[in-house]
Amino acid sequence: MSAQPVKGTVALSARGVQKSFGSLVVARDINIDLPVGARYALIGPNGAGKTTLINLMTGMLVPNAGQITLGGEDVTAMKPQERVRRGLARTFQINTLFAGLNPLEAVTLAVCERRGIAGRFWQNIAANKDAIEEAYEILAKLKLGDACYRTTRELPYGRQRLLEIALALATKPKVLLLDEPAAGVPHEESGEIFEVVAGLSDELTLLFIEHDMHVVFRFATHIIVLVGGAIFTQGSPAEISTDPGVREVYLGTRKHG
Amino acid sequence: MTASDPAAAMTPQTYMQSLSRWRVLEIAFWLATLLPFWLFPTYLSLASQIAITALFALSLDLILGYAGIVSLGHAAFFGLGAYSAGIFTKFVWGEPFSGLLVAALVAGIVGFASSFIISRFRHLTLIMITLGLGLLLHEAANSMSWLTGGSDGLQGVSIKPVFGVFKFDLYGYTAYGYALGILFLCFLFTRRLINSPFGLALRGIRENFTRMPAIGADSRAHIRKVYTISAIIAGIAGGILAQTTETVALEVLSFERSADVLVMLVLGGAGRLYGGLIGAGVFMIARDQFSGIAPQYWYFWIGVLLVVVVMLLPNGILGGLSKLTARWRRK
Repeated sequence: MSAQPVKGTVALSARGVQKSFGSLVVARDINIDLPVGARYALIGPNGAGKTTLINLMTGMLVPNAGQITLGGEDVTAMKPQERVRRGLARTFQINTLFAGLNPLEAVTLAVCERRGIAGRFWQNIAANKDAIEEAYEILAKLKLGDACYRTTRELPYGRQRLLEIALALATKPKVLLLDEPAAGVPHEESGEIFEVVAGLSDELTLLFIEHDMHVVFRFATHIIVLVGGAIFTQGSPAEISTDPGVREVYLGTRKHG
Repeated sequence: MTASDPAAAMTPQTYMQSLSRWRVLEIAFWLATLLPFWLFPTYLSLASQIAITALFALSLDLILGYAGIVSLGHAAFFGLGAYSAGIFTKFVWGEPFSGLLVAALVAGIVGFASSFIISRFRHLTLIMITLGLGLLLHEAANSMSWLTGGSDGLQGVSIKPVFGVFKFDLYGYTAYGYALGILFLCFLFTRRLINSPFGLALRGIRENFTRMPAIGADSRAHIRKVYTISAIIAGIAGGILAQTTETVALEVLSFERSADVLVMLVLGGAGRLYGGLIGAGVFMIARDQFSGIAPQYWYFWIGVLLVVVVMLLPNGILGGLSKLTARWRRK
């Protein structure tokens, strides 16, 4: 286990990461350094390989070449759950929730897994007061406290998106990768979700995928532009918004969809 | 929508506590299992068959209803337990509880060993693997006739009295009391397991297998564990059958037994703890009645029952009942 995160050091990095399915290259020599406490946005047109990149970093896909390090430790060969236990969490673009559990049960499960007590079959779950209270605190912080006894599949969609984040937070991540946290949420409500994201501890390192440029420019301190599986450019919001190349491929002149 | 707002009345912890509280219906159910002693003393051997099968169905519910692992070869562990208890009783010692311990041990070891294969696969592949393992064991027992008696069955199993006092009688008083007692103990264990952190993890696997690694869970380790526990309980069920009938037929390892227990669980309602128990009762009583009417064709009626229940009550008899009571409460 690595020590407490120190500002200015690299929390998560990808070095020369490469992935292809047959002849289709989905990640081409990706190099990214996420400093501790970062608020990075990952943008790019549909099919640019943004979700693939998150899958590669979290171990849900195995790269053909390259290296992923978490807090200086090489995690390239590690399984997703081992990376989660070392502090790398993610959310999913398409809700990947426990539909038949309620939020309290789901987040309590994640807390139990983190505490290493999820294998205890001899103990009543209610005996783990600390774990349940911790789960409830996370839910309350994300404004899910009043909905925590309702079955997940019955929750309004926006609440489900917040539960995605709550589940990831229950693993106490050092680095959190958010795959379009407000995907499918009406524009007026997406601000609410990003307020929650913005309110997360500034020791937490964040990378998020988002299509809404207003949101990106408002919350990100640094933007990475991905096109065709490769990093097209990266820089501050000001640099990206004035970059003529980015404007061409992404922001306007060449319309997508 | 719930009628009352539970959030106002309870804390998260008391809510979790309330999930495992004993309900009146549950207590009534267990009291009702004592009725055959007085009401149907001539049916006690059927009652003990039901208790044994219910325990077997409970073991399948753990993996199927809670972890979502479909098995078509669960009779492998039932049969292993039956043969282990039978052989131990015949050649080593006739005390019943030590026989059950041996049955649990053997089934548990084989269950643990095969769990390393089981935990790597899902869906159709898994069904085929469990089916294959079941057939494999069936043929192994058939060919090892020097030990198992082969197709003639294992004869000459004579069991000592329970606690050295209660002899196994012709009417089945001891047999039913013994089977029911073990069933209840195993049920208490399973009930606690379901309401434990581990039980929550199993439901997590069932609800969303892909999310589990993303919350740091090692699903395969969980599956290995529950599969082993399930094998142990199935082995105990088989052991009771061998002891109470004082014989072991090759049929304990048959594909039919694996399929029947799956049917019972689906009939009763999987993932509801009592589904297997109710399903076993309905199935065994139906079989007893139907085979009285038409001995050759009783499976026909089981088929009809299965089709009707699955079409009308997708979550089994218990699922249908809980839906009914929910509707009734809303009115």
